[in-house]
Amino acid sequence: MNDVAWAELSNSLIYSAIAVYALAFLGYCAFAAGRSTTPAPLPEMSVAAGAAGTAPYPEEAIPSGEPTPAGRTQFLGAAAISLTTLAFGLHAASIASRGIAAGRAPWGNMYEFVLVCSLAAAGAFLATVRRRPIQALGVWVSALVLIALGLAVTVLYTPAGALVPVLNSYWLVIHVAAAMIGGGVFTVGFIATTAFLVRTRLDRRGRRTGMLPSTETLGQVAHAAHMFAFPVWTFAVIAGAIWAENSWGRYWGWDPKETWAFITWVLYAAYLHAQATAGWRGVKASWFAIAGYAAFVFNFFGVNMWITGLHSYAGV
Amino acid sequence: MRTAVVLLALVAAAAIPGSLLPQRNVASDPSAVASFYAENPGLAPWLDRFQLFDVYASAWFASIYLLLLVSMVGCVLPRSARLWRSVRSAPPAAPRHLGRMDRYVAWTSDVPSDEVVARAEATVRGLGYRVEVAGTEVRGERGYLREVGNLMFHLSLLVLLVGVGAGRLFGFEGRVALVEGASFTNLRSQYDAFTPSVWTDVDGLEPFSFTLDDFDATFESGSVDAGAPRSFLADLTVTREGSDPETVQVRPNDPLDVNETKAFLTGHGYAPKVTVTDGEGNVAYSGPVMFLPLDQTYTSEGVVKVPDAVPTQLGFEGLFLPTGVIDDLGPRSVFPDDLNPLLVLTAFTGDLQMDDGAAQSVFTLDKGGMKQARGADGEPFKRALAVGETMRLPGGEGTLRFDGVARFANFQIAYDPGKEISLVAGVLLLVGLTASLAIRRRHLWVRVGPTGEVEVAARSVTRRPLPAGEVDRLLTALDAPRHTSSPTPTPEKETL
Ligand code: HEM
Repeated sequence: MNDVAWAELSNSLIYSAIAVYALAFLGYCAFAAGRSTTPAPLPEMSVAAGAAGTAPYPEEAIPSGEPTPAGRTQFLGAAAISLTTLAFGLHAASIASRGIAAGRAPWGNMYEFVLVCSLAAAGAFLATVRRRPIQALGVWVSALVLIALGLAVTVLYTPAGALVPVLNSYWLVIHVAAAMIGGGVFTVGFIATTAFLVRTRLDRRGRRTGMLPSTETLGQVAHAAHMFAFPVWTFAVIAGAIWAENSWGRYWGWDPKETWAFITWVLYAAYLHAQATAGWRGVKASWFAIAGYAAFVFNFFGVNMWITGLHSYAGV
Repeated sequence: MRTAVVLLALVAAAAIPGSLLPQRNVASDPSAVASFYAENPGLAPWLDRFQLFDVYASAWFASIYLLLLVSMVGCVLPRSARLWRSVRSAPPAAPRHLGRMDRYVAWTSDVPSDEVVARAEATVRGLGYRVEVAGTEVRGERGYLREVGNLMFHLSLLVLLVGVGAGRLFGFEGRVALVEGASFTNLRSQYDAFTPSVWTDVDGLEPFSFTLDDFDATFESGSVDAGAPRSFLADLTVTREGSDPETVQVRPNDPLDVNETKAFLTGHGYAPKVTVTDGEGNVAYSGPVMFLPLDQTYTSEGVVKVPDAVPTQLGFEGLFLPTGVIDDLGPRSVFPDDLNPLLVLTAFTGDLQMDDGAAQSVFTLDKGGMKQARGADGEPFKRALAVGETMRLPGGEGTLRFDGVARFANFQIAYDPGKEISLVAGVLLLVGLTASLAIRRRHLWVRVGPTGEVEVAARSVTRRPLPAGEVDRLLTALDAPRHTSSPTPTPEKETL
């Protein structure tokens, strides 16, 4: 196959991935609707610290002989996860074939960043959902991935090609890969944190909802995601500094992109501290995670589009 | 901890204005502050008063992060003292009510108590815990490295401050543009722009010189991304002190390095070569003139100043087009490579005003003392020249021949003695952080009561849950009956 064929394959694969994510999204919607209408509240796993890993899906305990509503809901959840896994595979294959077409690591422009970052988000979700009962977050994860990919193929699309010379650096490959993986996992952290805040509010008002996992589960998933993503992001910032040193002799120049990476980092550090501060843990701390994510997203879109700096792909 | 959160939030907020307003000494555009001043003459001085064009060097930014670092030290040092004491002392005794721990299991065993204790001790030790036996109680603790990591992470920020400070106090940055064939010697006077730090040894810069022998650029010629740069390569002849000249190739991301003073290739442009004769028919200038690229296709603007021309000085102003077309849209370049170079110039005669001592930009004419040359129709005199063509000014005031095209390269030259320190800080930071987040500090207790009652309890000192399976392995080793396990919800824990 030649480069053009690989590039075309990559494009077909991403459209297929979008289609399958969309099906998964519908599955999650049906799952969430099913949970919220199932008469008896589903037993939430009592996720005690020591019991983690004993029964990943307590709902499975529901007898599944005749098709009870709960059983059907369960089936929908599992189907949606399988679809997400399939879409994830297509998505990954699309990125890989783009790499082959361009003859380089496939993260060199905005289109490719969005692809890789949303892949990391989907991957982080799939990895977490194997351990924690958070299928209900699938609606939001698949919706965000769909929005990201939709933007990518419509607004940001760039044909596969080589890179401008300054981007041709080994450290850059590492830097961007780490930033996108960190960003993907932060996305899952953001979704879990938002759901945590929503669920906390609903619980306070005494409203029962099966649409969202318990605050306990959400809190733990959010914290775990941030704990994973924060060092990855730290590494991305350091690798970026090394690249900058290599390419213009200044490892830190307060370029807008660097500044916002710093702001993101500091806000997440504030989040981790707040989580360890009496009186701030939980709801208050969560707002720092949300602010951190907002800074990350602004850096990704806002800085690239509205503020010019030395980062050469800035023209999209 | 509350102080830390508040100060961190403040640092984040304080960093924002610097990304939105133009900044001095920030690499992207050296003239950005000046143009902001020109556009906002009322507002700019006020912003300047609050150091908003120097946010990251401002007193208020520094006071926030110094406050943060001081509070960090005040927080972390007592913590390390506590860590040191706990490493030196035995793992803590079991609390009276073990049932409140994260995991608690109790049963009655008919195994003799000293055997239970011995087995428990061996197993807990085997799990990698530090173990202390006190009577019929086995106490274990594990994960001190988490605290060490946390400490290392926080203190690395101080190392980073030293590294950044060293660069800011002793380093320098400068820029120079060289046309093919031109040379540079590392002396302050040879820089186009030079930014020393407070204590830079300005007269003791690393002694070396280099000549730009050749500059080569290639651009995408395929249909995808046509015109995008694909490679830049500068061939240099470098002379270091005490050694023979050698040839060195410099590319983006691959600088010239002379004892830590590095020269980076950061850009390039065109320098059309011209020969100007004056009104008396003598050659008044011959050589390349740098033109400033304006866009991706290297439409470049510039001026040719000829102060040696008599009877009147000459100035030319216009565009250089590497792949020029002239059509209804006006003269422009359609490709960045020099496939069809065109030089489009207008001419001025009079006084260039270069003698009054004020520094002039090499890219603009001071037209105060100049008169624009006009054709017979009274329109400004203007010509588009291909290589080899000559323009003759009306009235025989001079000629300009377009001899050919040279390129120039921009070099950024930097010396930062703090960067190794910062790198070490970065590594410490990352290792410390990872250890701090990945390692779980935890306690494990086994207590045997006088009536054969065995209690097993575990507690996580961090917010991370206990690792799965450790307690189960202990229970198996102690022959605990199955299904005695009774997980209790994680109690709210206070870390500081
Ligand atoms: C200079 C800026 C600071 C930064 C960037 C920073 C960053 C961090 C980060 C990322 C963590 C998470 C690692 C972990 O949980 O083990 C952390 C934890 C911690 N920080 Fe800081 N910190 C700073 C200042 C401070 C200050 C001023 C204090 C004192 C109040 C402090 C005390 C702590 C403590 C006690 C922990 C452990 C929290 C826990 O047990 O979960 N830090 N810090």
